[in-house]
Amino acid sequence: MFDSLATASVAIAGGAYIVAALLFILSLGGLSRHETARGGVIYGIVGMIIALVATVVLVIQRTDGLGIVLLVVAVAIGGSIGLWRAARVQMTGMPQFIALLHSFVGLAAVLIGWNGYLHDGGIAANLVGIHHAEVFIGVFIGAVTFTGSIIAFLKLSARMPSAPLVLPGRNALNLGALVVFVGLTIWFVIAPSLGLLIAVTVLALLLGLHLVASIGGGDMPVVVSMLNSYSGWAAAASGFLLDNDLLIVTGALVGSSGAFLSYIMCQAMNRSFLSVIAGGFGIEAPTKGDEETGEYHEITATDTAQLLAEARSVIITPGFGMAVAQAQYPVAELARVLRARGVEVHFGIHPVAGRLPGHMNVLLAEAKVPYDIVLSMDEINDDFPGTSVVLVIGANDTVNPAAAEDPGSPIAGMPVLKVWEADEVIVFKRSMASGYAGVQNPLFYRDNARMLFGDAKDRVEEIVHELGRLNPASPGAGAAHASSE
Amino acid sequence: MPIGIIVESAPGETRVAATPSTVAQLIQLGYEVVVERGAGAGSSFPDADYEAAGARIVAKKAAWGSAVVLTVNAPTDAELKLLSKGAVLISWLSPALNPELIDKLVALPITALAVDAVPRISRAQSMDVLSSTANIAGYRAIVEAANAFGRFFTGQVTAAGKVPPAKVLVAGVGVAGLAAIGAASSLGAIVRATDPRPEVADQVASIGGTYLPVEVGETMDSSDGYAKATSEAYDKRAAELYSEQARDVDIIVTTANIPGRAAPKLITAADVASMRSGSVIVDLAAANGGNVVGTVPGEKVVTKNGVTIIGYTDLARRLPAQASQLYGQNLVNLLKLLTPGKDGTLVLDLDDVVQRAITVARTGEKLWPPPAVQVSAAPAATTAPVQAVPTKRRGIPRGVRIALTIVGILALFVIIAIAPPPLPQHITVFVLAIVIGFYVIGKVHHALHTPLMSVTNAISGIVVVGALVQIAVGDPVTRVLSVIAVLLTSINIFGGFAVTRRMLRMFSKG
Repeated sequence: MFDSLATASVAIAGGAYIVAALLFILSLGGLSRHETARGGVIYGIVGMIIALVATVVLVIQRTDGLGIVLLVVAVAIGGSIGLWRAARVQMTGMPQFIALLHSFVGLAAVLIGWNGYLHDGGIAANLVGIHHAEVFIGVFIGAVTFTGSIIAFLKLSARMPSAPLVLPGRNALNLGALVVFVGLTIWFVIAPSLGLLIAVTVLALLLGLHLVASIGGGDMPVVVSMLNSYSGWAAAASGFLLDNDLLIVTGALVGSSGAFLSYIMCQAMNRSFLSVIAGGFGIEAPTKGDEETGEYHEITATDTAQLLAEARSVIITPGFGMAVAQAQYPVAELARVLRARGVEVHFGIHPVAGRLPGHMNVLLAEAKVPYDIVLSMDEINDDFPGTSVVLVIGANDTVNPAAAEDPGSPIAGMPVLKVWEADEVIVFKRSMASGYAGVQNPLFYRDNARMLFGDAKDRVEEIVHELGRLNPASPGAGAAHASSE
Repeated sequence: MPIGIIVESAPGETRVAATPSTVAQLIQLGYEVVVERGAGAGSSFPDADYEAAGARIVAKKAAWGSAVVLTVNAPTDAELKLLSKGAVLISWLSPALNPELIDKLVALPITALAVDAVPRISRAQSMDVLSSTANIAGYRAIVEAANAFGRFFTGQVTAAGKVPPAKVLVAGVGVAGLAAIGAASSLGAIVRATDPRPEVADQVASIGGTYLPVEVGETMDSSDGYAKATSEAYDKRAAELYSEQARDVDIIVTTANIPGRAAPKLITAADVASMRSGSVIVDLAAANGGNVVGTVPGEKVVTKNGVTIIGYTDLARRLPAQASQLYGQNLVNLLKLLTPGKDGTLVLDLDDVVQRAITVARTGEKLWPPPAVQVSAAPAATTAPVQAVPTKRRGIPRGVRIALTIVGILALFVIIAIAPPPLPQHITVFVLAIVIGFYVIGKVHHALHTPLMSVTNAISGIVVVGALVQIAVGDPVTRVLSVIAVLLTSINIFGGFAVTRRMLRMFSKG
């Protein structure tokens, strides 16, 4: 009687897992467009509920009272922490939040792997070797994800200097760690022991540490999406270990999604995808060639306001500097004021602007910038000729003409926003220091470029203030208002 | 200063150097304008209209005696005698072809400006009489061809059957060629064009024609804006192209003129013989000897096989009102340049390249030929910005990539074949899920990358399933570890979904 009930519920759980896996696929599919994105999240939540309920039913049948209590308490505490942090996190702090979430998946995969070794629950003799290999792989990927994400979190939240750590022979270290891992795995399959498991865990933790520590702040979009991918592979490895297709499907989905995002980021920085996945990227010592310098022209906030008031079309290209200065609200206000005056305003977002794929979009959305005027680099790059004014706010390398025009530049070949093709370019900058890549930006010395020094937030607020004092453009104002709705 | 407009004495000339509308503009520049009686008759501009525009109608002598004289054709010896001393003659002088005329002008002495010598630079385009005239000739060439051609230009489907469109070949895509292409395609014909300069392909396409390249390893850069003579290999291939086309098309318009040389022969007698009866050839180079074997300058001839060859040299004169208007406007634009004060005083500034280029003689001083003027457009094309070649840092060699793919597929095949039962099924699921993942994510909008990452975070919290099952295990160590795992992944699930929903709520459409 009890046995048949258990068998039935296992079968039901299997069915529930398939449904959940499908819902997860629909969830990711829904996120492809703004219109369907919220529906996509609902699919994901429903899938998760189905999977959890089915699992909990299974667990309740097998465990004692203490197990149930522990389960409820753990989910309750974890869930509350998650909801609390999700409600509190600043949008500028999204990168580190997401990095931290990656680390949890990694750690969970390590723990599941250890449990899989400590309690294998009766595995057929011919599968023991495979089981042990799965334990090792799961623990390894999980541990790399865990420490890698923790380091990324520390760097992104500025609790640790974002400058890359350069150890001698770092590529050899990474490669050596992989070789040792393969060796240990074979040893472990032949003669399993706790010591080997501890050894591989420590090895992977160190590898994750080193992998991300040796990467600088500007490469973080790639790192975060790469860790996203790793966390997926860790989940998939757990799925193999536990004989659970749901985990395999979900892990593979997340893994390929992260890999795809990393690929997009790599293309946007003209870097090799394979070498990034392997961790063999990071800094190449920037070849400081003959630096293009010269006269730069300064402009005041008042003059900028005047220029904007007379402009026909304006493109704003934000970068990480906007997030640092928390300038997204004044920038959004500026866009609103200009649109109300009948000026055509668009935002141009470089794929690696910010520290997270899509980071700038989220910040602008937070400040209530309509998403249909926020365009990607490919969508907007042909529009710069003919644009009256471009505002470069906290971006540097992503608008560097050297990437397109100087084959000797360290960032040559990286696709950039061609802001210099506009009539006027105004660059908001703290000082004349070079960008993350350590490359001088000849844009600043162009004839049509003007520098507006100071804190981006203060300067944009000044411009909005000045625009308010100028008389509203009377003829176009009414029509513009109508068209902006 | 008075400007004189005279009756053109050249035989067959219908044009005049000013129309009532250009006269009004000359008066605005401060000049007084006198017009010889009947000057505009050939172009249908009655004297009354000139008077209405502000000009005075005078006799021949008075008109020729003005301080500035505008003419279409170079004056005859008799007319030169009528010019007053120190007068300014602005006319179509063809100084390169008429050295004796130049000497006569220098001897008079007068100041002579050759409007046909305006350099082909952008600034001088508004004064370029060659372009205006070529434009008219090109248009008229099609009108003449249509007149001689016994069929429609446009294709039609009528109750009486289907009419195919006429096929027109235009040789030489200069101003005249372009005008011909435009006129023919607006009549509905299929238009093809050839030219040694491949850069004209876009211009041809822009007015409805198809450019036929002559494919040899040679292109022609023109530094003075005109086509130049071509090489042997090119000529051979071009000849083949013309022979092919001659058999196919109904109308051929040739416009190949090389300044200061006899026109090149493009269409041979054999080509003409291969054309269908009723076909028409218009040779715009007839005055220079013609591009077609069999052209008779100034005549319309019909060959034995029924092909009409039109060699009219007066195509511009056949549209006199339009030709006079454009020529007159070119002269007005030139006089604007020569009258910086707009006070009716003509000032010649020889430091200006345009004015220097057209000045043949200045009160007894021979200034022909002028120093060469480099046309701005052509050299710019040769020094075109060197596109920075993106350095390819990515990219494994193609062979290696194919090899890796094959190895991957084989490895997958071997693993699935030899692995014990549950594993092949898992690997299948795994591989399929990866493929689905790539397709699903590939379509994600760039703005949603952050929400995508947080959602994938939440769903990768699904490893909680594994941890939950392990809670059921009685062993205390396992239980503690799995409780920690459940706690962490719960943070992921709840936090990930919540923060995604929060972000998506912020996205709003304008």
